[in-house]
Amino acid sequence: MDLFRLTIHDATNLLRQHTIRAQDLTQAVLARIRATDPAVRAYLTVCADDAIAQAALADQHLQTPESAPPLCGIPIAVKDVILTKGIRSTAGSKILADFVPPYDATVIQRLKAAGAVIIGKVNCDEFAMGSSNENSAFFPTRNPWNLAQVPGGSSGGSAAAVAADQAPAALGTDTGGSIRLPAAFCGVTGMKPTYGRVSRYGVVAYASSLDQVGPVTKDVRDCALLLQTIAGHDPRDSTSVNLPVPDYTATLTQGVTGLRIGVPKEYFVEGMQPEVESAVRASLAELTALGAQAVPIALPHTAYAVATYYIIATAEASSNLARYDGVRYGHRAAHSDGLTAMYEQTRAEGFGPEVKRRILLGTYVLSAGYYDAYYLKAQKVRTLIRQDFLQALQDCDVIATPVAPTTAFALGDKTTDPLTMYLSDIFTIAANLAGLPGIAVPCGFDTQGLPISLQLLGKPFDEATLLRAAYSHEQHTTWHTRRPSL
Amino acid sequence: MEYEAVIGLEVHAQLLTRSKIFCGCATSFGAPPNHNTCPVCMGMPGVLPVLNQCVVEFAMRAAVATRCQIAPYSRWARKNYFYPDLPKGYQISMYELPIAQHGHIDVTIGDQHKRIGLTRIHMEEDAGKSIHDPHSEASLVDLNRAGVPLLEIVSEPDMRSPEEAGAYLRSLRTILQYVEVCDGNMEEGSLRCDANVSIRPRGSRPFGTKVEIKNMNSFRAVEKAIHYEIRRQQETLASGGTIVQETRLWDADREVTRSMRSKEHAHDYRYFPDPDLLPLVISEDWIRQVSTSLPELPIARRDRFVRDYGLPAYDAEVLTARKDVAEYYEAAVRAYPAAPKAMSNWVMDSVLRLIKDEKLDAALTITTWPCPPEHLGALVRMIQDGTISGKIAKSIFAQMCASGKAPGVIMTEQELVQVSDTNALLTLIDHVLAAAPDKVAEYRAGREKLMGFFVGQVMKASQGKANPQLLHMLLQQRLAVDDHTE
Repeated sequence: MDLFRLTIHDATNLLRQHTIRAQDLTQAVLARIRATDPAVRAYLTVCADDAIAQAALADQHLQTPESAPPLCGIPIAVKDVILTKGIRSTAGSKILADFVPPYDATVIQRLKAAGAVIIGKVNCDEFAMGSSNENSAFFPTRNPWNLAQVPGGSSGGSAAAVAADQAPAALGTDTGGSIRLPAAFCGVTGMKPTYGRVSRYGVVAYASSLDQVGPVTKDVRDCALLLQTIAGHDPRDSTSVNLPVPDYTATLTQGVTGLRIGVPKEYFVEGMQPEVESAVRASLAELTALGAQAVPIALPHTAYAVATYYIIATAEASSNLARYDGVRYGHRAAHSDGLTAMYEQTRAEGFGPEVKRRILLGTYVLSAGYYDAYYLKAQKVRTLIRQDFLQALQDCDVIATPVAPTTAFALGDKTTDPLTMYLSDIFTIAANLAGLPGIAVPCGFDTQGLPISLQLLGKPFDEATLLRAAYSHEQHTTWHTRRPSL
Repeated sequence: MEYEAVIGLEVHAQLLTRSKIFCGCATSFGAPPNHNTCPVCMGMPGVLPVLNQCVVEFAMRAAVATRCQIAPYSRWARKNYFYPDLPKGYQISMYELPIAQHGHIDVTIGDQHKRIGLTRIHMEEDAGKSIHDPHSEASLVDLNRAGVPLLEIVSEPDMRSPEEAGAYLRSLRTILQYVEVCDGNMEEGSLRCDANVSIRPRGSRPFGTKVEIKNMNSFRAVEKAIHYEIRRQQETLASGGTIVQETRLWDADREVTRSMRSKEHAHDYRYFPDPDLLPLVISEDWIRQVSTSLPELPIARRDRFVRDYGLPAYDAEVLTARKDVAEYYEAAVRAYPAAPKAMSNWVMDSVLRLIKDEKLDAALTITTWPCPPEHLGALVRMIQDGTISGKIAKSIFAQMCASGKAPGVIMTEQELVQVSDTNALLTLIDHVLAAAPDKVAEYRAGREKLMGFFVGQVMKASQGKANPQLLHMLLQQRLAVDDHTE
């Protein structure tokens, strides 16, 4: 048995039964990375020595399995926007190419407390800005299903690593779809929790009112397990919500009888890849066959979501990225003549073109004379979008949509026109604006063998229902068991 | 053409909370550079602000004490600009929705009373300090001060003279000290003041062009700078020029305001609500709690001193300018209630002079007094009931301050009891008169100035202890007696 193929829950059982050792599991994953990453290029930093040491410690704890913490010995890959103390964290950017954080993000502290092994830092679009992972300052990650295709972004490294069995699971972040889209493109499970469910402390901020950390996993049970570990109030994050965290695995198997699934007509549009639409509709049929009830709903302000997002997210980003000025940490331009020159050169050298584009856009929409027409207006539309969802969710329990209008496209396909790239997010973006939880689960493949996924969106803090519905779907299909041949 | 000046003051007060506004770092002064810092106040990637509740409470105290309306809902805003001592590239402040508005301060200038309006109060974080080393090409940045909480207090443009501005500033400082939120030290920078000055033809209503004056580091500097600027503007207009809207710096050495050399266009700060912080919600209950916990405010105390102690307005003003002095005075009066005016004289003339000389008034609350108020009370009692003379009292006071002993103890130890025994005095008088018969004759012949000589001689003979009033009376009696009755 290839240990690197194991899910978290299977590995956990074998570890606790002493059938396998944590060190062997970690070594197997490291070997898998060595074998496949020259092609996939998911990893920016592999923490081999640290991981082996953590695994050895895990093996000690596993001597008494009853008291071993929940993720004891499980290797997890971490998106490089999430800060890991003492381990280089770049956010996919040259401006932080050599930045070693002096502290751990809260989600990392929680992983460590749960006994997880941090196996390495994975690639992403620079500052989480992108939908294909082609904006990484270092190199693009490839889709394990077809190395000429993108893995999606911005958590492209997280999704590719899990799909390629380079880690049992990973953490990603999702601001406009950056977990769900790459999960869909790579045929793995990915969830964006409700805004405020998981702490943002220690996560390089892109858009403060939209960012959330979430799990990228091989199946829904793993997703529940990983969410369980990272969710919960954090006093260091004023936007994290003080609500109890339910037991997400307890209700997984309860089925979907009577579950009302909203189907918004605005999400089945012209220009979608036909196979995507048919795979998603087939999944809906499966779910209704299992006892769920499809309910047509309307989300009338859907068309404004992308524009609203690109005003609000870029505005917040333009402010969040002001701290990268070469003064205290990160890249500083050599030989500049005075303060302004130092600022200008540092940021010109350190930021990639997409980041610059968004900073410019964000600065513009906040500037005097434009604030009301753009930023303020976008915030109002955001309220309307959220109201659409909350209204619809009175008539249904979850909402089903495709994740993306197409399957994974080829590297270089959309890099010439940013707007085309932005439109990859049309189905995922509204959930971030509304603050709602969403999950992507595999539901088919196109004729090219590229994965297609179903998205389910839920009520605020109702991840449990999403997981239950996703689990039912998954258990009655085998899409999630397929692996790319690498 | 007669002009009137229109002056508004913008004050920044450093709050006396133990920790910074958005993190737990100490606010204490004098630490080594960059010692009182953490990832949050250094603006590292991924950090988030968490509000210090004490800051809000202090702001509420200041708001209540200046009769402002406290907003039930207010919002944090980001003020975006680049400078090395501003770690995040933005300052967290408040913009459209401040915590308090529409207050006032009543000031006294000479015998005039005036009410100066207060436009708004809001909270914000301080920036760090930049030190430009003239001998090297480097500038040094110390972030100890970054994140220290500030109150920004903006007055209405209600002041019409430098004296009114000075009176407002002093009253504001006293209020802030009374409610113990700020120590009001302009020289050390815990109280900073910028002035907006314009002039307009007397009787005209529209405002003239306003000029902002910065870099005034004392109350006197504020008055001088405003005085200079008013004259400068008058002279400019008189010679046919126009006032340029700009920022000018007060040059304390040359005593002029100078245009800032670095020409800066009106900065667009691109204010927007900070998405990392929740809106501030303040309940009626909390406001009531803060209001009832406030000490008696300066004006109320001043009026009470006039009313209950019969003090002149001047005395009351001086004694209540500092809360600790007022409390000292009242403690002394409690020890000896019968002569509040005499007590006032002693406090103003002797105690306050020592306080000032020994710079004990640098502390927000004076903890070491030259002598305890009870001792002062006892001293005044001894003068009032004739035990000692005023002159002896001064000597005793000096010794009280030096030794800490009670006046009665010193008096006994040094046998300073005033000699008020008529017989004892008469004995001394007769002795002195017998030793200077020619002077006696001169006196009786009309040289009344010789009384001073006799008084001095008896005083000397009594080692200064003769009761002066009694002595004078007895001398007059004796000197008035005819030769033939001796």
